[in-house]
Amino acid sequence: MTPSNIKYRIGKSRGFQVLTITLAFACVIPLLAILGFIIEAGITKINWHFLVNVPKPVGETGGGIANALLGTLIIILVAALIAIPIGILCGVYLSENKKSRLAYWSRLCVDILQGVPSIVVGIVAYFWLVKPLGGFSALSGSVALAIMMLPIVIRSTEETLKLLPDTLKEAAFALGMPFHRVILKVIIPCGISGILSGVMLSIARVAGETAPLLFTAFGNPYLSANLTKPMQSLPLLIFNYATSPYNDWHDLAWGASLILLVFVLMLNIFTKLITRKWKVQL
Amino acid sequence: MESTIIKSIDYNAYFGDNHVVKNVNIEIPKNHVIAVMGPSGCGKTTFLRGINRMHELIPNATAKGKILLNNEDVMEMHPIFVRLKIGMVFQRPNPFPNLSIYDNVIAGYKLNGIKLPKAEKDQIVEESLTKVALWKEVKDSLTKKGSFLSGGQQQRLCIARAVAMQPEVLLFDEPTSALDPISTSTVEELFHELKKNYTLIIVTHNMQQAARVSDRTAFFYVGELVEYDDTKRMFTNPRDIRTQNYITGRFS
Repeated sequence: MTPSNIKYRIGKSRGFQVLTITLAFACVIPLLAILGFIIEAGITKINWHFLVNVPKPVGETGGGIANALLGTLIIILVAALIAIPIGILCGVYLSENKKSRLAYWSRLCVDILQGVPSIVVGIVAYFWLVKPLGGFSALSGSVALAIMMLPIVIRSTEETLKLLPDTLKEAAFALGMPFHRVILKVIIPCGISGILSGVMLSIARVAGETAPLLFTAFGNPYLSANLTKPMQSLPLLIFNYATSPYNDWHDLAWGASLILLVFVLMLNIFTKLITRKWKVQL
Repeated sequence: MESTIIKSIDYNAYFGDNHVVKNVNIEIPKNHVIAVMGPSGCGKTTFLRGINRMHELIPNATAKGKILLNNEDVMEMHPIFVRLKIGMVFQRPNPFPNLSIYDNVIAGYKLNGIKLPKAEKDQIVEESLTKVALWKEVKDSLTKKGSFLSGGQQQRLCIARAVAMQPEVLLFDEPTSALDPISTSTVEELFHELKKNYTLIIVTHNMQQAARVSDRTAFFYVGELVEYDDTKRMFTNPRDIRTQNYITGRFS
């Protein structure tokens, strides 16, 4: 190999390195741009008044997003209460029965469920819950969001538990523990950091979902904590107010966007902290 | 006359169609150390796991025959009950990584939901750790996680965990194969102490270990129990040509 040839190859390698580094930086740009943009537009709208008041009717200045904040918290909390137990137990089943026929099909279904468009989930929730129950309700919104959370919780639980060594389970069985105790007292506690991070990520994922709530929780201009009645949520408020013709409402939507963004970012950071703190050293 | 604690009658174990343990008949006397040796894949571990019904936890695994514990067939008992009577220590130390050293020792009670008064728990922990010669080393760090100990200490912690349940029999599945020589000799010394209160069955592929620690030795070869005799006798004057070949290192 001639020296010039080697130089050429080294040069090519360098070029490739520079390219990967540049693109790695480029990935950060969209997030920073969104953050910067939303902060700039939203930060001035946010104050105490904004957080504790409900929106004022058109024509009156001021007003806040208290109804949407409370609504988002309630709807997500109920969705999590539905999705977490089902998701974790399903994940336990999948990791315990890697080869059974049921595991194969439910794993396939979970993967497909993950790909179902959120608006379709919303429509299905509408036909399942809103129509039979006779009206829009926060509960139907929670169910729609829970369906969207399930695949994330299930797969992260399964993947976490699969990594635990079998010797751990054997140790528990050899002490005469029944299956349910082995799962609840050994397997889940040892995988808790992975399971929790899956739960948090699933919450972060659905916190900003608008489509499933359009035909379910519907939105509500007043403060409400009634699960059987329509309820406001941050993404619904942003959607409705940003598409309105009023400047006051646009401001409200910007402020709400920033709050939602911060909420999701904090969930992500929190997840990282939990994973690190609660990680069980195997 | 020494009393028999475990007796297997025509015990057979399978993985699917694979016949791994063939017609094993063995009588194990109380308060003795029994070494089970043989080349890899001879069914010794499978037989051991059959004694406390761990064998059947593996998918496709089945077993036939009888294993009597004090004249009661363990195959007829509930596996949970069997495993409380017959403790087990594994090849690799496997303390519960989410529990402290203290909680690891009483894991059999704690995780089974058996509530004990604090004083009794303290006593069980101290006694069990003393029996495995670990008390002095860890008594000031009982609240630390078990996984911070060294490999040898972890293995002794696992023995303490099994001992704490006050079983009648302790099964060891190659208990020192993942340990360094010093830890190995500590664990081997333990066997002499432990046999005062328990009956120990130790699977090992290390002949020297079998010779050092056991009163009796069983030699398995391709699923069969070839020879079972007094350890000294077996190593000095084996009856079966296969045992002789194994002991003299013709195959391993």
